Amino acid sequence: MSTIEGSFWSHDYGLRAWLTTRDHKRIAILYALGITFYFFLGGAAATLIRLNLVEPTGALLSAENYNKAFTFHGVVMVWFFLIPSIPTTLGNFLLPLMIGARDVAFPRLNLASWYLYMLGGLFAVAALLAGGVDTGWTFYTPFSTMFSNTNVYLVVIGVFVTGFSSILTGVNFIVTIHTLRMPRLTWFRLPLFVWCMYAVSLVMVLATPVLAMTLALIALERLAHLGIFDPALGGDPLLFQHLFWFYSHPAVYIMILPAMGVVSEIIPCFVRRRIFGYRFMVYSILAITVIGFMVWGHHMFVAGQSMYASLLFSILSFVVAVPSAIKVFNWTATLRKGDISFEAPMLYALGFIGLFMLGGLTGLMLAAPALDIPLTDTYFVVAHFHYVMVGGSVMAYLGGIHYWWPKITGKLYSEGWARAAAILMFFGFNLTFFPQYILGYEGMPRRYHAYLPHFQVLNVLSSAGASILALAYLLPVAYLLWSLRAGRAAGNNPWQARGLEWQTTSPPPQENFLSAPTVGEAYAYDEAAP
Amino acid sequence: MTAATDAACAPDADVHEQYDDATQQREAATLGMWVFLSTEILFFGVLFASYTILRILYPQGFAAASRHTDMLLGTIETAVLLTSSSLIALAVRAVRLDQNRVAAWLLAATATLGLSFLVMHGFEYYKEYTEHLIPAIDFMQPGPHSHAIELFFCLYYCITGFHSLHVAIGVVVISALAVRVCRGAYGAHRYTYPELTALYWHLVDIVWVFVYPLLYLVDRSG
Repeated sequence: MSTIEGSFWSHDYGLRAWLTTRDHKRIAILYALGITFYFFLGGAAATLIRLNLVEPTGALLSAENYNKAFTFHGVVMVWFFLIPSIPTTLGNFLLPLMIGARDVAFPRLNLASWYLYMLGGLFAVAALLAGGVDTGWTFYTPFSTMFSNTNVYLVVIGVFVTGFSSILTGVNFIVTIHTLRMPRLTWFRLPLFVWCMYAVSLVMVLATPVLAMTLALIALERLAHLGIFDPALGGDPLLFQHLFWFYSHPAVYIMILPAMGVVSEIIPCFVRRRIFGYRFMVYSILAITVIGFMVWGHHMFVAGQSMYASLLFSILSFVVAVPSAIKVFNWTATLRKGDISFEAPMLYALGFIGLFMLGGLTGLMLAAPALDIPLTDTYFVVAHFHYVMVGGSVMAYLGGIHYWWPKITGKLYSEGWARAAAILMFFGFNLTFFPQYILGYEGMPRRYHAYLPHFQVLNVLSSAGASILALAYLLPVAYLLWSLRAGRAAGNNPWQARGLEWQTTSPPPQENFLSAPTVGEAYAYDEAAP
Repeated sequence: MTAATDAACAPDADVHEQYDDATQQREAATLGMWVFLSTEILFFGVLFASYTILRILYPQGFAAASRHTDMLLGTIETAVLLTSSSLIALAVRAVRLDQNRVAAWLLAATATLGLSFLVMHGFEYYKEYTEHLIPAIDFMQPGPHSHAIELFFCLYYCITGFHSLHVAIGVVVISALAVRVCRGAYGAHRYTYPELTALYWHLVDIVWVFVYPLLYLVDRSG
């Protein structure tokens, strides 16, 4: 444990010191613990779902319990894993390091955000223990306000509270990036990861309050029959969907933008080249952020919104794909003629590009109303967003964890095991979700606990893939923890990477930098190391 | 006061370790507050959007409903809030001129006006209760627009309720600030916190500037 001495890990031992810490690096570790817990909790619900769908009769779970299982899976994975995952762990840890700062702008607020996140999570777990919720993660009215007899209040309060954790993290990051950059670290010298954190913070700050108020209205409507979303009083259930997706579509970009940031760091490092088209990468991040706010109606093509609105939302959804495609092209162009090496983080990053592309292209299919109307609420949609969320965000999250693990812990994990897990994950993922594209195309609806017998082969394949995927997710827990005990010392910069975070010791000292790092262009892989 | 002199005379003891100097700390706090206020605008934006859509769906019902609101009290409340906002702006100026006693009185007056706003709203709620206008508790309005009037008052209570919550938080924060200003905790070199509190109070005020015409005035004479 010699490398730990003198680092932020050993600065002040004890549970109390950790729970009252204002060090962004320790808060990142606290978040990582919470997020890992919720990931496996949500994964357990997914396991139940896939086990149930092995048999066409869905014998394992009753229809009611199946509804609760997929609701819990969705709520936990969206709000307690995907949305906070990269920003609060890697973002918290790396953002100040990448801009040469001693901490984020508001360290106390940062700790408060973690407590809000954990408090929100407790409400979600309480809802599970009290018998679960059956509304789906989307809480559509009037079912959630008038008919569901489950613990809607608890979950709504949990998501509401966690939302404020998101908002405060966003405020913190925006201010940090604006005010705490080192001298000479201009906007166009920032790593793309920092740009992505900036963009994602904007979305968190501007979209999450809409969800918060909408959830408050749901709770009030359940409590006092307010009627704003209740057709019996002349209220408008479609209004709920508009408000919900005004948050929840930008929330998709909260999940994918940080992943894009991670991949943009990993690829240049293992190709030993500058990222291709840096400025276009920045502009496309900003374009995704802005246009992402204007596409929410594509979730409502069959909900009865006006045809002209659908037309406009469809066009805008095609438009938002352009900057995403620019990013994919630029990552691949960075690979061209590069000196590529296939370390574990790079395998995750390459997996990300492929899976994100497949998820994105099927997203274009769903953006066209003519295709979306027959495909709505089928497994095609399920496969589409899992390719983006799991194939994209989770692969990038794990890629980032592997890439910065030596920096965070000062230890090297077993490269062989890490590569094996990355490859296993890629194949397990495709085996799980590719059959779901076909199932959806053939018309199998989502959210049913039983299905027609001729869908069984593909469902069994999908469940088999899910068991491989589960193993692939458990492997990193084992070898990463093992590396803490037995891993070799990593040295300050095992990948010969160029970001400012690699100029300090691994793990970093409590004050981040003992001597001021040298600022230059981002991704200067064609220059000698500073 | 320029940023350079600001930094030069600020006491170093107040600068947190993540900042280089007092100017940077002040800029960060101010930007943080503005970003937070943008969140607040979207928070209320949901209610304004709901109001707009339901008003378009039920124009006559909403016009009939707005005639049930108390325009006199609403107008006095508006005047009270606008006055309180100007007082807190003067208070910040007084803090920057090191006139602590004046600043404390101005802040106390701001909080008192905020409190009187809440009291007047309480009277309005009571009056509406006696007129059977509170949905879910006691609502009874005959006539063709009964449902639309009920919807209007659902929104009315959501909007004024969340706004009053913000007023109440402001009253507490400003009262505490008045005490600290009186004790000399702030001055010409230390006024970020009073200034940000004032920003928050102005936002509460501006939200009301939109609430007042939408709920009390639009279509009332029609």
